[in-house]
Amino acid sequence: MAFDHVLVSRLQFAFTITFHIIFPAFTIGLSAFIATLLARWVFTKNDQYRDLARFWTKIFAISFAMGVVSGVVLSYQFGTNWSRFSSTAGNVVGPLLAYEVLTAFFLEATFLGVMLFGHNRVPRWLHLTSSIMVALGTAASAFWILAANSWMQVPVGYELRDGVAFPVDWLKVIFSPTFPLRFAHMVIAAYLTTALVVLAVGARFALAGRFPEHARTMLHMGLGLALVLVPVQIFIGDQHGLVTAHYQPVKLAAIEGHWDSNEVAPLVLFGLPNEKTQTNDYQLAIPNLGSVIITHEWTGKYPGLDQYAPADWPPVTPIFFAFRLMVGIGFALLAFVLWGGWLWYKSELAMNRLFLRVAANVWPFGFLAIISGWMVTEIGRQPWVVTGVLRTADAASPISLQTVLVSLALFILVYGVIFSTGIYYMNRLINAGPTPPVVKDETGLPSRPLSGAAEAAHHAAHEPERSATAS
Amino acid sequence: MSGIDWYLPIIWAAILATAVIMYVILDGFDLGLGILFTTTREESYRDDMMSSIAPFWDGNETWLVLGGGGLLAAFPLAYSIIMPALYIPVILMLLALILRGVAFEFRWAAKPHHRAWDWAFAGGSIVAAFAQGLVLGGLIQGITVEDRAFAGGNFDWLSPFSIMCGLGLVAGYGLLASCWLMLKTAGPVSAHARRLAPYFLIAVAGFAALVSLWTPLRFPHIWERWFSTPNIFFLWPLPLATAGLVLFVWRAIGRGADIGPFLGVIGIFLLCFAGLAISAYPYLIPASLDIWQAAAATSSLKFMLAGVALLLPMILGYTFFVYWTFRGKLREGEGYHF
Repeated sequence: MAFDHVLVSRLQFAFTITFHIIFPAFTIGLSAFIATLLARWVFTKNDQYRDLARFWTKIFAISFAMGVVSGVVLSYQFGTNWSRFSSTAGNVVGPLLAYEVLTAFFLEATFLGVMLFGHNRVPRWLHLTSSIMVALGTAASAFWILAANSWMQVPVGYELRDGVAFPVDWLKVIFSPTFPLRFAHMVIAAYLTTALVVLAVGARFALAGRFPEHARTMLHMGLGLALVLVPVQIFIGDQHGLVTAHYQPVKLAAIEGHWDSNEVAPLVLFGLPNEKTQTNDYQLAIPNLGSVIITHEWTGKYPGLDQYAPADWPPVTPIFFAFRLMVGIGFALLAFVLWGGWLWYKSELAMNRLFLRVAANVWPFGFLAIISGWMVTEIGRQPWVVTGVLRTADAASPISLQTVLVSLALFILVYGVIFSTGIYYMNRLINAGPTPPVVKDETGLPSRPLSGAAEAAHHAAHEPERSATAS
Repeated sequence: MSGIDWYLPIIWAAILATAVIMYVILDGFDLGLGILFTTTREESYRDDMMSSIAPFWDGNETWLVLGGGGLLAAFPLAYSIIMPALYIPVILMLLALILRGVAFEFRWAAKPHHRAWDWAFAGGSIVAAFAQGLVLGGLIQGITVEDRAFAGGNFDWLSPFSIMCGLGLVAGYGLLASCWLMLKTAGPVSAHARRLAPYFLIAVAGFAALVSLWTPLRFPHIWERWFSTPNIFFLWPLPLATAGLVLFVWRAIGRGADIGPFLGVIGIFLLCFAGLAISAYPYLIPASLDIWQAAAATSSLKFMLAGVALLLPMILGYTFFVYWTFRGKLREGEGYHF
């Protein structure tokens, strides 16, 4: 692989999109969680839910802003760095991205204003509706992005004219073979990741003995959702693997570390894929299980990497390991949520300090699984940007290496600064906890505050209006 | 070329033009407030400036995504040539938008240690506005195209003309923001904006005049467009109307009007944009690529037009709802999170 503008553009895209996906993954789930809390508040009139919704909304606002600004970058990078991809696949991919803007981006970005700032200007039901619109927008955004990505993985419903893709059947383009499961897998991953973060924050408060009521609610809502979603996610992941075996056999062979088509495949738990010898060094494997999972037959065979020219292989080692990391996290989470479920069943959930200590540290694993899953998907599509249509090496813009090196360095610098500060501020907001608005006498309002006293002053100023609009 | 193949690209050019002008006006006053950050050291002024747009900025910036995404979708060839040609100003704009975008949240979260985010907001806004002007200038002066791809150098966009466009846009956004503050705030912030506005107005009028003279003199096809007969008979009211609006805004500022200056400046922006469009038509990249050559497949344009016809009115509807919800002057303590 030459060190050229193509490689650096790939690094830049990988860096900016990996950074970006963290935030939508979190905000898709968090917006739905906040909408649920607000709905419970509106229907039960239990103020605990309002306090929790307020608490998470502050964290959501920071995460959403980081998602938006890093997302705008991506919609321009298709042109700045991948102009030949744009001119080749623009007829097909462009409209899908345009529909994302029209159905999702505007919806979430516009109603966000009401969700964050409109609580004392609109009635409660309209505030709730706005937060539901934001949640719908984030999920709709995932729909179109996954449709575009799935088409790039397995392009259908198009024809090539002079090397340019022309759409023939839009329904086939949108609902390409790998789309339904890929979309389900991603949206569930987003909800699950958020459930784990909520659970972790609940556990943190429970351990510290702070906000016991709120902590219990978060433990129950986070764990309850995770108990449902982890098994579902494992099942969907398995089904997604079967679809990959059918439509992207090279990718699957690389994921499995399966070199020899004539071999009944074991399930490779560990190994170091060696592209030279076309074997896995230090392999640890369970005989026959690989074939059983993929073909559902004890001695079934499926294509290995030897069926394809090495020039058409994806890089084997990174996706081999990324896949094992993702699946490993999945099964570890299954054990974890079953443990939590058992404690919950025995009504010991909020008392078992060992479980709470583990739960308080579980929050990064959803993100890790999402990033490693996307690495499998995207590196696994190589050496193509659109499978069978356009190779990544032919898709880059005619720009100089130096230009891309400088822009990559700037992205790393700027993202490094905003990521570390963003995480720091979010952590500080979490530590402050879900404080209820206290009604006090009206005092000065210097700025939007985070301190309890100023917060109280703010709500003193707005409480009468709110009850007026709500009545 | 049959009827629909001729009309669809024109309709799409109009849709994109709408997205761009919506962006320039809506995010224009957002970016302009960052520019106005540099005119005061008062923390409360800066708080009010930011709070006046906090509920809107995200929706406003979405028009930029529609502009970029729409260009890719409707004119993929133009997108694939313009973006690499203007790589440096586009990336500069994106980096600047990141810094000023996160500043909306980080500045409040950081208080009282928020000075760094004041700078990020002001610096990000100024650089983003200037870079957008560079993009505009770089596009007007033309791009080297060979074999349907960009074939120029990294710094082709850099010229006195594009720098002037950058400065012009900074002044324009500053003017929009001053008028926005007169409309949306009361008291000292509003008065501060009213003191600044005339300077920005003079600068904007100067830059508009300069572009109007520079472009026809430098680019023969623009001279041809404006000064050949019979075009000149139809087009002469445009600069005159612009001059009239400048005078109107000048008086409205002096009179103490709230909404007049803002509407007047939007009018000035619309007329300037119309002037640029008249100069460029029918090219997306002057003299190299017209809208029919750049257009996406007819099936793509039709598929998206259905979506736009259905969704754009809804988008405009709920955008209006949000502006209506937050109508009137900024209230005490507004800008606080739920």
